Amino acid sequence: MKQFETVIGLEVHVELATKTKIFCSCSTAFGGAPNSHTCPVCTGMPGSLPVLNKKVVEYAVAVGLATNCTITQNCKFDRKNYFYPDNPQNYQISQLYLPICRNGAVEIETPDGGKKTVGIHEIHMEEDAGKLVHDDWGENSLVDFNRSGVPLIEIVSEPDMRSADEVIAYLEKLRMTIQYLGASDCKLQEGSMRADVNISVREVGAKEFGTRTEMKNLNSFKAIARAIEAETERQIDLIEAGKEVVQETRRWDDAKEYSYAMRSKEDAQDYRYFPEPDLVPIVISDEWMEEIRSKQPELRDEKKARYIEEYQLPEYDANILTGNKHLADLFEQTTEICHAPKKVSNWLMGETMRLMKEADMEAEQLHFSPENLAKLIGLTEQKAINNSVAKEVFQHIFAEDIDPEAYVEEHGLKTVADDGQLRGTIEKIVADNPQSVEDYRAGKKKAIGFLVGQTMKATQGKADPGMVNRILTELLEQ
Amino acid sequence: MANVISDETLEYVGILAKLELADDEKQRAKKDMEEMLDYIDKLNELDTSNVEPMSHVFPVNNVFREDEVVERDGHEETLANAPERNGNSFVVPKTIVGD
Amino acid sequence: MSLMSLTAVELGKKIKAKEVTVVQAVQESLDAIAQKEEKVHSFVTVDREGALKKAEEVQKKIDAGELTGPLAGVPVAIKDNMCTEGLLTTCSSKILGNFIPTFTAEAVKKLEQAGAVIIGKTNMDEFAMGSTTETSAFGVTKNPWNTEHVPGGSSGGSCAAVAAEECSYALGSDTGGSIRQPSSFCGVTGIKPTYGTVSRYGLIAYGSSLDQIGPVAKDVTDCATILETISAHDPKDSTSVERQDTDFTSALVDDVKGMKIGIPKDYFGAGLDPEVKEAVLQAAKELEKKGAIVEEFDLSLVEYAIPAYYVIACAEASSNLARFDGVKYGYRTSEYDGLHQMYKKSRSEGFGAEVKRRIMLGSFVLSSGYYDAYYLKALRTKALIKKAFDEAFAKYDLILGPAAPTTAPALGESLSDPLKMYLGDIYTISVNLAGLPGISVPCGKDSKGLPIGLQLIGDCFQEKKLIRAAYAYEQTREYEHCQNL
Repeated sequence: MKQFETVIGLEVHVELATKTKIFCSCSTAFGGAPNSHTCPVCTGMPGSLPVLNKKVVEYAVAVGLATNCTITQNCKFDRKNYFYPDNPQNYQISQLYLPICRNGAVEIETPDGGKKTVGIHEIHMEEDAGKLVHDDWGENSLVDFNRSGVPLIEIVSEPDMRSADEVIAYLEKLRMTIQYLGASDCKLQEGSMRADVNISVREVGAKEFGTRTEMKNLNSFKAIARAIEAETERQIDLIEAGKEVVQETRRWDDAKEYSYAMRSKEDAQDYRYFPEPDLVPIVISDEWMEEIRSKQPELRDEKKARYIEEYQLPEYDANILTGNKHLADLFEQTTEICHAPKKVSNWLMGETMRLMKEADMEAEQLHFSPENLAKLIGLTEQKAINNSVAKEVFQHIFAEDIDPEAYVEEHGLKTVADDGQLRGTIEKIVADNPQSVEDYRAGKKKAIGFLVGQTMKATQGKADPGMVNRILTELLEQ
Repeated sequence: MANVISDETLEYVGILAKLELADDEKQRAKKDMEEMLDYIDKLNELDTSNVEPMSHVFPVNNVFREDEVVERDGHEETLANAPERNGNSFVVPKTIVGD
Repeated sequence: MSLMSLTAVELGKKIKAKEVTVVQAVQESLDAIAQKEEKVHSFVTVDREGALKKAEEVQKKIDAGELTGPLAGVPVAIKDNMCTEGLLTTCSSKILGNFIPTFTAEAVKKLEQAGAVIIGKTNMDEFAMGSTTETSAFGVTKNPWNTEHVPGGSSGGSCAAVAAEECSYALGSDTGGSIRQPSSFCGVTGIKPTYGTVSRYGLIAYGSSLDQIGPVAKDVTDCATILETISAHDPKDSTSVERQDTDFTSALVDDVKGMKIGIPKDYFGAGLDPEVKEAVLQAAKELEKKGAIVEEFDLSLVEYAIPAYYVIACAEASSNLARFDGVKYGYRTSEYDGLHQMYKKSRSEGFGAEVKRRIMLGSFVLSSGYYDAYYLKALRTKALIKKAFDEAFAKYDLILGPAAPTTAPALGESLSDPLKMYLGDIYTISVNLAGLPGISVPCGKDSKGLPIGLQLIGDCFQEKKLIRAAYAYEQTREYEHCQNL
């Protein structure tokens, strides 16, 4: 049987974190009543004209520099012409002939632990479209232009990836880089990061690429992985059946795990690009480029080194914490308050990750405050609560961001560390369990465990374990 | 060199431009386009091989806006001329068919 | 004598001197419209109530000393492709037949701030595509000098309204000659400024890289005054230029001594009406008498301007006019099956023949496989044309020629042969391609009694030279009022 390999290239759209739209001063805030964040420019009113948001250029250059691109110091906008109701002018202002960044590359880790370079063909700036809401029963769709004109960069990779794992690694890498730059929050669920996947297959060893298809509507990493698998199989089946793969755009339906061609006679896909006459060229001087470079925040590798150096964290911890900008921010903010970096790291890498996994959450969705985690760590440091209580309290912090001090007080969870009160309880337990006492005194030192357990049970887990051990030993050794 | 616009080309351009010509308009449109293209072909007399295409006449560049929000609720103005609206949204024939 | 027979500046002086009130001026404009519209049809919309209400407001501000400019209280007509908040703006197209803008074009705002009273919106070729004002969806405008003839276009309504003395002055727009050619046909003065001098914000685009708004009036003084009022850098228009030299009235000086004027031989060849030729060359002689140095020269490339223009303008138009789709504003067809049919029927029913012709051509030249051969070729030709002008302006202060090869053709004569109509723009089009300023001033009439226009072309940002020479020439002749109506 023939061996095939999958060849994958990505077109990733990222919504930039500007306050205003790319060509007008409307807010980019997510949500809001339909068409509330609109003006004549972003709704294509006759006579309106675009004016470029400077911040968009700066973010695009920052991303280009961070992904080792060559910056096009003389770049221009072009019009991409196509009719669709979410596109108010029926053209999109984009870049074709002179995109702002070209010829970049990022390094990813492959599943086998090796390194691989994925080339970036280009990055261009463009405007987002509005939103269409379809009702299932009626004959109409509703158009909302709030998102129309939100700035996007489209990052076009070279066809350098060979598996879904590599694609995910590449996306994670882009997401992390862009989040570190503060250029976007890159939320796949909310659509601020979207990926279209170009897939073709060829026989292993073949030099030529096969015919590719473009897969759209991929809203999560899992959907991307499933779509790649399904499309690879579909193309191999076609080839093995002696049929041809048709170059086309396909829409992925993740619920049905199936894609279908978005073919229509009315979509000629002939975009008639030409230079946008309403905007003037952008000239990016060496000075401006250097200014953007110098303002770049600490990126991952620098941060990792600093965590090891400044916070004395093991490399393992530093690696995981800096692997996600949101997690790293949480770490730094919490440490700032409680000055216990290793403890903060333990909470984030232990319980936090465990609960995230349980809830199938992304780090971006964490919403507890660094203040409350710091307070919890403070409580454990003072031995005001023991570890098992702390874990229980943390679950509430994780879910509802409760104030741990108030919670512990309210639920009476403070450690019982009063010698007299504890001694009375333990004396009673020793008296009630003569068999265990006898075992212990006969040399079965492990029997103490049972008695500790009984004590914790009697104090509803609040007893200070150290003190329980000391008093018990004292009584048993008598 | 006389240009010939076929029925297919005319239909294709109609798809791009979202225009549908009546049958009697089609013959005229073909003739007009052919004549115009023949006339435009006059440009081929010029040797422009070493000439950069000029889209903007003046060397103006870097016209920017600062990233500052102008607070407004634009929906009433945006929808003021809508042929059909539903609440705060424009209404169009359903865009996804058979999904 | 009607107040409308005065120039805008003369009327403004009378208002300032309290010899007449703003309401009187506006009322006379409305009366003239009521009397002459049936014959001329310059307007798509006349805003009787709005204008009278505005007249009272403006009068109060003049009385309070808040408005002191030369145009305060003077009635103006606006071409119907400039947005006016709350007032119907149609581009003379069925597709915008019910469109009421929510904002006012920047140039119009500048006039309003100076106390101008908008009388109404003038008729035009649909979306400014045409040279006769016959492609309007709302009826043909007639030439006030002879109503069997066209007024020219596309700003035919604005020029006819000024010539017919229905208003004091008007704004037009010029993409390939649309101010200068109808000014010439109607015996009035019109300026197409350097690209970027007047904001395009609120001007409904035809060919974005070529469109400029400019004044239409009875004389050069009015035009300079109006242009001074509407010229300003606008942060809402990225192609707007920052200029310090917009005090155009300072150039109203009767002195052309030593000014070097070039006459392109290429403008006086075949196709030029002998009567037009004679009148224009006579005007050159007048300037020479006043001390200008007039020379003939070869401009070259003249015949390539029209094909390059139609590729660029139609390509831009095909994209600019894509927004008219029946979704957000304007005309939507009544019956349709699905989205694409809604688009096609709305646009096919909403646009007239000439607009469809240009959209089809523009879509074709940009389509896959043709972009380089047509669009890039046209942009390269544009670069050559600009270079030819640069070389000419290294030698001359101004270029002098006719505004159009003929006087106004008879109604209906042009529409049957679009290519022939396009050739009528031969002297005006290259000016738009190169972004230059141009002016048309009356320089006589032909044997049929139809006006002839003299065109002066300046280097970019050299409006003052244009104005000085045009003003000096104007002093050699009387303004001829159109008495035919």
